[in-house]
Amino acid sequence: MDQNIVLSFIRSTKDIFDTMLQLEVSPGTPSVKSTNKASHDISGIIGFAGEVEGTAVLSFPKATAYRVCDLFTGSDCSESEEDLCDAIGELTNMIAGSAKAQFEGKEVSISCPSVIIGADHVVHSKKGTVCISIPFSSDCGDFAVEFAVKGLGETNATADAATSSAAVSH
Amino acid sequence: MKILLIDDSKTMRKIQKGILIKMGYTDLEEACDGLDGLSKVGSFEPDLLLVDWNMPNMDGLTFVKEYRAKGHKKPVLMVTTEAEKARVIEAIKAGVNNYVVKPFTPDLLQQRIEETLSRMATAK
Repeated sequence: MDQNIVLSFIRSTKDIFDTMLQLEVSPGTPSVKSTNKASHDISGIIGFAGEVEGTAVLSFPKATAYRVCDLFTGSDCSESEEDLCDAIGELTNMIAGSAKAQFEGKEVSISCPSVIIGADHVVHSKKGTVCISIPFSSDCGDFAVEFAVKGLGETNATADAATSSAAVSH
Repeated sequence: MKILLIDDSKTMRKIQKGILIKMGYTDLEEACDGLDGLSKVGSFEPDLLLVDWNMPNMDGLTFVKEYRAKGHKKPVLMVTTEAEKARVIEAIKAGVNNYVVKPFTPDLLQQRIEETLSRMATAK
């Protein structure tokens, strides 16, 4: 199940960017995140509740976020921060929803997404969870998908993350 | 053909609008959640509704139940990230006529819209 969670986030991220933005994204090696500091400037955050509890974060550097938003919406997002937040929130929603659908046999619901903008912002994960960060690269720039959910122990998380990355890249 | 789009994401409404306009449908109205949708069905009288599931204030499933409880019979196409079989069954039981899982291609959404309208025309 643990490795499946990592794989489900990798698959859903690739699928959403490919289908909605026609943008190929490549996952790097997932790792356990040791800090609450956000990986990049803009974070879309969504919560899971039910048999899997925790959060997922889609984190972009500002320049990448604008490029992704332009592609997603088909318009210039630099004119409206509200449009940027809406687009990043919807991408976060789709990635979390699509990953959730792969949690076989688990009854899980997701919250509405929130978006935070600002360098050095901090995202606190649910107590007792381990945050896994999956780096992605694309023609629009690098970004990260992170999740911290109950049921993924720290001891196994690193091995699971590495195994999952290998499984997807082959 | 009047079409009501109910989704809390302005981006998603814009994408759907673009697809519908390309299909030749231009009489479109937007709502940002189920409550907003309910407030607009009376005056706009849509012939087709595209409804998201996860929204603030009133979710799409509650909207559909209330819409049907008021006696409205127009087709509802749910467009959502909720892909689990149990969710799809729950939605159909609530009165949803067809279902599109996000992410979707323009072709898939167009196909489901045409399928939904065709089924309704046959049922008349």
